[in-house]
This record gives sequence, C-alpha cells and structure tokens, in this order.
Amino acid sequence: MTQLPNSLRTGPDERGHFGQFGGRYVAETLMPLILDLERHYRAAQTDPAFKAEFDYLLKHYVGRPSPLWFAERLTEHLGGAKIYLKREDLNHTGAHKINNCIGQILLAKRMGKTKIIAETGAGQHGVATATVAALFGLPCTIFMGAVDVARQQPNVFRMKLLGAEVVAVESGAKTLKDAMNEALRHWVANVHDTFYIIGTVAGPHPYPELVRDFQSVIGEEAKAQILEAEGRLPDMLIAPVGGGSNAIGLFHPFLDDEGVKIVGIEAAGEGLDGKHAASLAGGRPGILHGNKTYLLQDEDGQITEAHSISAGLDYPGIGPEHSWLHEIGRVRYEPVTDAEALASFQKLTKLEGIIPALESAHAIAAAERIAPTLGNDKVIIVNCSGRGDKDIFTVADALGVAL
Amino acid sequence: MTNRFAAAFAKPHAALVAFITGGDGDTAANLDALVAGGADVIELGMPFTDPMADGPAIQAANLRSLAKGTTTADLFAIAAAFRNRHPDTPLVLMGYANPMTIRGADWFAAECAKAGVDGVICVDIPSEEDGELGPALRVAGVDLIRLATPTTDAARLPDVLNGAGGFLYYVSVAGITGLQQAAQTSIDEAVARLKAATDLPIAVGFGVRTPEQAAAIAKVADGVVVGSAFIDIIAQHGDAAAPYVEAFTRTLADAIHGAKEIAA
Ligand SMILES: Cc1ncc(COP(=O)(O)O)c(C=O)c1O
Repeated sequence: MTQLPNSLRTGPDERGHFGQFGGRYVAETLMPLILDLERHYRAAQTDPAFKAEFDYLLKHYVGRPSPLWFAERLTEHLGGAKIYLKREDLNHTGAHKINNCIGQILLAKRMGKTKIIAETGAGQHGVATATVAALFGLPCTIFMGAVDVARQQPNVFRMKLLGAEVVAVESGAKTLKDAMNEALRHWVANVHDTFYIIGTVAGPHPYPELVRDFQSVIGEEAKAQILEAEGRLPDMLIAPVGGGSNAIGLFHPFLDDEGVKIVGIEAAGEGLDGKHAASLAGGRPGILHGNKTYLLQDEDGQITEAHSISAGLDYPGIGPEHSWLHEIGRVRYEPVTDAEALASFQKLTKLEGIIPALESAHAIAAAERIAPTLGNDKVIIVNCSGRGDKDIFTVADALGVAL
Repeated sequence: MTNRFAAAFAKPHAALVAFITGGDGDTAANLDALVAGGADVIELGMPFTDPMADGPAIQAANLRSLAKGTTTADLFAIAAAFRNRHPDTPLVLMGYANPMTIRGADWFAAECAKAGVDGVICVDIPSEEDGELGPALRVAGVDLIRLATPTTDAARLPDVLNGAGGFLYYVSVAGITGLQQAAQTSIDEAVARLKAATDLPIAVGFGVRTPEQAAAIAKVADGVVVGSAFIDIIAQHGDAAAPYVEAFTRTLADAIHGAKEIAA
C-alpha cells in the first residue's frame, strides 16, 4: 500500500489517535499489556510468514475471496445505479467476523497465549471466535450479556458445540457493552496466558487498527473485483456500522479514492427520536471501552442503552476511526430504522435469493433509498456483511409469524 | 500536595483510606461514620454505568446509586456538604473518565475545587492519555492521584509518577476490585520499589477486607485502601448501614493505626 503524504489511510498516530478519537483509555493494569500487544503486532506486520499464514487460512478455511455479485434483479427493480453485493455472507461461519478472528488468533499464537476470550452481542463474533479457537485447539471463553444469551439461543448452542464456554454476564444492562466490560475485567486478571479477541474496531489502541487491517481484505478484494467487472472504481460504497469493522474493512482501501463516495449506515431502531443505536446521529464524543469516540450517553456521561432489531448493531458506541471519518466528512453516516431493514431483508431475499443478515439489510435499505436517485451509469458496492439464517427467528417474530 | 493530604500522611501511623460509592445508601451518614470510626482519607466513588475495573460489589453499588437517580451534581453536593462538616479530612473523588470529562476537564476541576475535593483518581486515564484532566486539576489546585499496579514496570513508572500528586495508589492485584488479595510478600516488594522512586505516600488497595490484612500492609505502606468490604455492609444494611460502617471502620483503623510507627 502506498501512503501518500496527505493520505487518509495513515492513521492512527503512534499513540493510537484518529484526530481526537481513539487512544488508550484503560486502567494502568492493562496499559503495559496493550503496549506489549502493539509491539507484537508491529513485528507481525513486517513478518512475511505471518501474512502468508493469514492469507492461507483466509483462502482455504474461510473461503476467500468472497464474490462480488452484481445484483441485477435488485438493480432493475430500483431503476438507478448498478448494485454489487460484496458477499461476506458466504464466508465460513456466515459473516465477515471470521476475517478478524483469524488474524487475532494468529497473533495470540505468536504471543504464546494459550487461552482465548471474546465478547459477543448477537453471538456472531462469539461463534467466529469459538471457531478459530477450535481450529487452533485453544480453550475459549465467550462473554455474552444474559439478555442476549436468552434471545440468541441458536448461537449459544453453536458456541458450545465448538467447545467454548459461554459466560452469561449479569452485570449492568446485561447486553453487549456489559459483555465487553466483563471480558476486559477477566482479561485484566488473566493476561499472563489469555488473549482477548475483540470483535470490532473498538477497544484501546491497537485494536481498532489491527481489526481494521485484518478486515481490509474486504475492500482490497472488492477494488480488484470491481475493476475487473466494470473497468473502473465504484461511485459509492455502503456498509452497515455496528462497531464498524465490516464497514472500515470495505472503506479503508478506498479512502484516498476521491471519486468514491462512502456511506456508513447506523441503526436507527425505532427512529432517532425513539430507541436507537445511532451513536453518530444521536450521541456525543466520550470515553468508553478504552477509546474516545461518539457514544450514546446522558448529560452526565452515563452510557445509555442502544436498541436495534439487529443485535450486531446494538452497541452504544462506534469505532474511533469512524468518528474521525465522520468529523472530517470523508464518510457520510445515515440512519436506517428497524422497519426499513426488515423490509429490505425480505426484498433482497425475494429478488436475489440471498437472505442477508439484519445488519446487512440496513445497508441494503440505504441502497434502495439512494440507487434510484443516481443514473444507471453509476455503480454502488454494498457490503453484504453476513447471512441472515441467524435472524429468521427475529424476523418471524417481527412479522408476527409463529415458527 | 494539598495540606489535608500532608496532614493525613504526617500522622505517626499509616492511614486508613476508606472508599464508598456516592449515592449508594445514606451517603452523608456513612461518610460521617467513616470519619467517626477513624478513617484518615475518604474516597468517594462517582457512579458510572460501566465500571470496567470494578468487581461485583462495587458494580452493584454503582447501579444502585444510578437507579436512585444520582447525578454528578448530587455527587458534588455530597462532597461540598462533607467538606462543611469535616474541614480536615482529605476527600478524593474516584471514578471513570467519561463522567469526569463529559463537560470538559476544566469544568470538572473547577467543581472539585469548589466542593473542597483534595484529589481525583480516574481509573481509565493512564498517563499516556492525560493531556487534559491532570493539567486542569493542577491548575485548580486539586491533586491527580495516579495508580501503579503489579504490571507497571520500571520503564513506565516515571511516566506514571510524572504529574502525580496526593499519594500513589498501589493496586496490589492485577485484576478488579474486591476479589483476590495479593500475597503480602509481593506487596512488601512493590512498596519498597515504589518508595525508591517517589516521595509520595504509598497507599495499597484492592482485595483488602480484614483488619489482619490491613495491619500487615500498614507495616510497610503509608496507607491502606478498603472499599468493597464497606460496600458489602452498605449493600446488606441499606439506609441503616451507618452504625455498622462505623464499627467496622473502627476495627480497621485500630489495626492500621497500631501496626507500626512510620517516621513522618
Ligand atoms: C453480519 C454482521 N454485520 C455487521 C455487524 C456489525 O459489526 P461491525 O460494525 O463491527 O461490522 C455484525 C456484528 O455482529 C454482523 O454479525
């Protein structure tokens, strides 16, 4: 990758900051350990053997490259820009999450760590982590809010089948942010032998950077694939943003391509004046989980609960690099509601025979909104970050169907 | 160092540093009970929804306080009233970065000064990120109390000490509050190491629950921090906890104050 002097791709700075965002806001106990993680990551970055093993696993285990699918029927239906779907749903375990897990477990191995922990909300990152832990034969503990354990039983069972221990977190609001708190607490006490695989571009530096780097395979592939299909770069990228890992993975390789408009989709839940998970649209900068970023919070800085029909977007924060891209205006962030996502979930399924994850359906909904406003000479790539099999119970419930 | 800290640590014995969460139970009564029972320094916890470094007891105290609607304004009111009733006892606010900085570090520092707060411990602002809070507090005449841990190595210690005031809080276990306790030999070694690096008084905490543990630590350290054990009493007795808090404080204070003579 060439780094132009005025590139948007050189961040974070050496202290892990993207503008005012990011950083390492952790207890002193953790500080030496994340500095150690950073040293090992720097060494891995320049080690060809690390990259070779990462690439090998992505190709032969995950099934990469994932296709870039021209969604012709959706395009015709919308009557505007051509829509391509980056098919992360076809990865092993059904989402982009595995890309990052492969990278981090290789780091764990390199650091000689023998136990794996992770947080999970919907269970997608938990399943992906349990999967790589099984592959490498390492014991694995997944922290999951008790509320999420109750509503995501199939993924809980999957994790257990994969050999992971699932800890139902009873503290706080018992959802994803509390699972992350609990994973951090466990890590502080067990860091001598334990590696924490964070599931998105959040947490203290260097996590937002390394997760982004591992996910950037999405955008690198998409760039080569669109050049082959269209002979040019796309006019727009669209991806859903929870913590923001699939989105930054797609966006990052295009940040310096000025002609490419970039749109991140936040979950607007019941709407921005009701319960939602749109940290940029409805939050303010603050400090949580080791970094400074936009957060849903009250005037005293107490973190408020997020809501989205999509459990993977149900997080009151957003990765710090997104906060920065938002503030400098390089990426435009738009809200999509539960109802819009639900409609797009069904539409894509009927028109393309692809059942998208509810997270991904948020991006599809945005594409439906935007594509008709653009000419049919324009090209949009939408990140289909995962498949929707995990969501059929939620969708059935929302549609009033008893299974 | 503020005068109140200097006086508290100049006593001929180690200090009992007592922590309770603001807004959990009858905080004013419990604070009075701590002072009456012999606590030398008070740490008042600012409740936060996401107390990442705390164990189950203090987590629950945070949530109980927030569930009652405790605000930052309430916390400063509790602090200011304490200062009126107890002009000499050092008062420390302990909490997390977001509630402390959300209105700006300058605002927070000024409120601390106004309320008569002597020091601030911010769990999740390590020295690397302390470009704003520490400087703002120093301008306001409030000490920033830093944490050192078993993982703070010799290379980092100077950074941790740079800008540190009041006392140095040695977190004796690599973990969260209230659970494990450290082996006394590891505490002895750590305190000796820290004393070689700073003139600040060293207070040791995390996992200290009994008068016996407290006394052993008081033999080597300048202060002993006890938190979760008080929180447990408040959890058990609710708004009527003060007499129990006072009695327990006295057993701790007796053990700590009698443990040895420290040259002032
Ligand atoms: C399919 C899918 N897409 C998106 C997300 C949101 O996470 P991120 O924003 O980190 O990509 C998740 C999280 O679970 C997911 O499972």
